[in-house]
Amino acid sequence: MEKQIVLITGARKGIGRYLSEYYLSRFYIVIGCSRNNSDLNHENYEHYCLDVCDEVAVKNLFREIQKKFNRLDILINNAGIASMNHSLLTPVSTVKKVIDTNIVGTFIFSREAAKLMQKRKFGRIVNFSTVAVKLNLEGEAIYAASKAAINSLTHIMASELGGFGITVNAIGPTPVKTDLIRNVPADKIDKLLERQAIRRFGEPADVANVIDFFIKPESSFITGQIIYLGGI
Amino acid sequence: MKTKEEVIDVIFKSIEEFSQQNDVQLEAKVDTILFGSQSQLDSMDVVHLLVSIEENINSKFDTSISIADERAMSQKNSPFKTVSTLSEYILLLLNEQG
Repeated sequence: MEKQIVLITGARKGIGRYLSEYYLSRFYIVIGCSRNNSDLNHENYEHYCLDVCDEVAVKNLFREIQKKFNRLDILINNAGIASMNHSLLTPVSTVKKVIDTNIVGTFIFSREAAKLMQKRKFGRIVNFSTVAVKLNLEGEAIYAASKAAINSLTHIMASELGGFGITVNAIGPTPVKTDLIRNVPADKIDKLLERQAIRRFGEPADVANVIDFFIKPESSFITGQIIYLGGI
Repeated sequence: MKTKEEVIDVIFKSIEEFSQQNDVQLEAKVDTILFGSQSQLDSMDVVHLLVSIEENINSKFDTSISIADERAMSQKNSPFKTVSTLSEYILLLLNEQG
């Protein structure tokens, strides 16, 4: 059986790094990308350095994937940034960076992946939302707004790409102990965990569990869905 | 230097592939209307066909052009209207990319 090919953005560290190692251990071919180099060495892993919102660089990446593998099965749009700040103290430069990475990056990768996936009438696109959207988390106005946009993008692209054999879904993690929440005060995290039905940090394995459900061949009828962790 | 004839060949091949895969009989001719009220293609057909043409062009010429770029989408007269206008626009994009 031929190995499935998965592209993971933001693969250098955190959840992206975990997912890369997870799918390598399950005999996938993993293509990872991030702004900086990765120290992950594996015969089935290739890493590319780029900014996810650089359209030219992203198109060149897909050109490489097309030449080398002539297909892509799964895209995991994991790359994302946050900036916890009251909206009245948030500079526009931060707004633009968050929107560029979270929305533009996800969009460009999804668009180019779908062009490749539609050739075989098979594809799985998994986006990253956040519980901050449902909880209207104070201090995360721009991050939550960008991920609310991802929710909408997920629904609409699911409809647009259904006929191409491509499903588009999203996972909304609770706080997971990565650099994304490194600077969030502990008391704010505790208050957030209190709002969950199951009051603990999410683990990367919890994220992988949901992604596994989305990408499995039997999930061909699951699309346009957003699954939040922790019972939110 | 790429030629218009080479580009038209790729468009014709894409049209033939598209017609085989879909319930549409589109003629591979330079004046075939692809887009607009007189086209026999619906909006999803146009998306399918343009994506296929873009992939085939980039595969043949080892390029990374986007046919549906900002310039194309904002023009008063769409470059996607006929095979001929589309080939001219694609040639422009290819020559700009070098």
